[in-house]
Amino acid sequence: MIYSLCFVLFIIGLYCALTKKNIVKIVIGLIIMEYAVNLFLVLLGYRKDGVAPIVEKTTNPLEFLATSVDPLPQALVVTSIVIGLGVTTLAIALCIKLYEKYGTFDISEIRRLKG
Amino acid sequence: MKGMTVIVKTVTRWVKVFIFLYGIYIIITGHLAPGGGFADGVIIACSYILLMLAYGREFALKRLSSRAAHHLDSSGVLLFLVVALLGLGYGGIFFGNFLQTRFPGVAFKLLSSGTIPISNIAIGIKVAASVFLVFIILSVLRIVLDEDGTQKMVQDEEEE
Amino acid sequence: MNTTMLIPLLVAIPLLFAFFIPLVARKIRVLADILGNLATLGALIIAILIFGSRGIYELGGWSPPIGINWVLDGFSNLMLVIINLISFTATLFSSKYMEQYTAKYKYYSLFLLMVAGMNGVVLTGDMFNLFVFLEIASVASYALVAFGGNHEELEASFKYLILASIGSTLILFGIAFTYGATGYLNMASIASTISSGGRNPILLFAVVFFIVCFGIKAALVPFHPWLPDAHPSAPAPISAMLSGVLIKALGIYALTRVLFNVIGMTTVFGWVLIAVGVLSMVVGVFLAVGQWDFKRLLAYHSISQMGYVILGIGLGGYILSSGGEQSAAMLAILGGIFHLANHSVFKSLLFLCSGSIEYSAGTRQLKEMGGLLEQMPLTRATCTIASLSIAGVPPFNGFWSKLIIIIAAFQAGFPWLAAITILVSFVTLISFLKVLRYAFLGKLPEALRQVRESPAIMAIALVILAILCTGMGLLLVPGVREVILDPAVAALLQGIEYAQVALPVF
Repeated sequence: MIYSLCFVLFIIGLYCALTKKNIVKIVIGLIIMEYAVNLFLVLLGYRKDGVAPIVEKTTNPLEFLATSVDPLPQALVVTSIVIGLGVTTLAIALCIKLYEKYGTFDISEIRRLKG
Repeated sequence: MKGMTVIVKTVTRWVKVFIFLYGIYIIITGHLAPGGGFADGVIIACSYILLMLAYGREFALKRLSSRAAHHLDSSGVLLFLVVALLGLGYGGIFFGNFLQTRFPGVAFKLLSSGTIPISNIAIGIKVAASVFLVFIILSVLRIVLDEDGTQKMVQDEEEE
Repeated sequence: MNTTMLIPLLVAIPLLFAFFIPLVARKIRVLADILGNLATLGALIIAILIFGSRGIYELGGWSPPIGINWVLDGFSNLMLVIINLISFTATLFSSKYMEQYTAKYKYYSLFLLMVAGMNGVVLTGDMFNLFVFLEIASVASYALVAFGGNHEELEASFKYLILASIGSTLILFGIAFTYGATGYLNMASIASTISSGGRNPILLFAVVFFIVCFGIKAALVPFHPWLPDAHPSAPAPISAMLSGVLIKALGIYALTRVLFNVIGMTTVFGWVLIAVGVLSMVVGVFLAVGQWDFKRLLAYHSISQMGYVILGIGLGGYILSSGGEQSAAMLAILGGIFHLANHSVFKSLLFLCSGSIEYSAGTRQLKEMGGLLEQMPLTRATCTIASLSIAGVPPFNGFWSKLIIIIAAFQAGFPWLAAITILVSFVTLISFLKVLRYAFLGKLPEALRQVRESPAIMAIALVILAILCTGMGLLLVPGVREVILDPAVAALLQGIEYAQVALPVF
């Protein structure tokens, strides 16, 4: 199944986010995870040789259902890409500020908080 | 930063207008063809970012100051919300398309979908301003952390 | 006037002000205060006005399976009032407290964005819309945690951002699974598809993802490490918002809504919730006892108290799905929800008190305080009320909800759960006696001679919450209880029958 590729990508992203020491690499791991989910969503709506989902007055509903691709996941993916952009921007801004304060990108040296 | 070579500068001078126009084209036909507010905003922001890459930061900021961008940023959302609230006031439905019921128009013609083009323009302004701001803020290390990331979020909800 | 017309205003008003404030109040700081308070007050008034009404609101006039709908039922009603009440007191408090920070207009903008997101989460009846609002609220909270811009705040915010974003990605994955399995995104449609078509094994994946990711947002124990860093690092009104309502709206509310009303409760999920609840209760409270930083101690107690809420709700779900008595299930869920409401009041009061002490005395280390009894009588009084309340001492609200959970545990035949609950309650009492002893009694250090009571407007916020703390036990009086708490319980009890309520079309 092609869906399993998304899981592999997701796990790679999770691994990257959880084990890397560099905070920028952690953010990259997050982005990979997001893209894995987006890919999964797009694949859900994919149909081979599908037609564009536009309903006209002349369209036959049954034929439309049988041939068109599912437009909803694409709308979801656009939205989640935008959300991802927002989160990534904030994360990168935080990385920059952290670098400014601590002078390093290494997460093991950013340890003011004891927890 | 004094910008890049003469070749880049010259090409930029010619290309930037077309990129900008292309963005406006996408905004206007956003309800008919693929595109819409978000894509258009990114394209318009790209024209400014190209300007900044080619000519340097100060040159671009003279064209569109970060203060003005902040204002555009907020007013884009406000315009969008006002359209949504007008729907509530006129038809009793939040996000209601109160214009279309009055002026139905012909499908696939430019003026056929009521409030949707207005919303698209609002989103376009918002996204263009905030992508530009993000670029400005992230392009310099020493700058106060801004909340552009969050403001982007609201835009997204409007995408649908 | 039709009350359902007011529903969208709950999201629209905070959003409108969130973008209006940076436009006009960039220079004039007082204007930002006034507008911010006005926005939260307006939202509070609307939340009270629509209290008790039920309704479905179709955005843009598109009906449910196609469009997005917002559903107002008993549980959302209760949550809306809590959220807007706490946010109003928090803005009242912050109009003075935030003087120490620059860029107040940014603060209010982000704050209102967070409120809009939470109101949306509570209102929405659509899975993907839930995700969008959840992200709006959480991204605003990441930025607010980092608002001070110091070493600790940035670090805490980064930690919070990474963990919570992993959670959000999992939510999206879960939503994709449910969409793939049922073909709908609308909660009611999903519920009716599941109840008619049987359970798809893929849904189990989705449920695991939902429990993990909402668990991260609610800081239940295996997923809690971000909370003790993030909550103390934020400015005090934001800590109050984060601990008071954000983890509840984003975590507990979303989790219970999805598990009870969309997927449908089973005994296994009930056991998972009970286990997680007990774990959170015990681990949170024992970590809290050893803390000397006032706000960090409060943050650990938040984890522990969230355990109570989840325990109550999980117990109810377990009884419900294993075919036990309806009344016992009802009692357990009532305890959970009531404790949720109580916790948001007393925990935000405690965080505001800590902010008040920090504002006046300039420290939040318990060892550096002492003898503030004379200096800050009002803060002391409110802080004592809140501490007794969280520890479950009789006349205050915390006692009643804990009592209900304990009774429910006995009725369900789990006396050991009741025993653990009582034990945790005692440890909580010990740790708060420590707070009161070190902060207010003892010798006044030389450095704190000049400390005065915090400004009046901050005190008003404290007093409002303290009065609520004392009076909320009255919600259990028959007659009041039927109006306020029971609809919320009924909303969860109806389980996936929710579809019939939220989808009159079918």
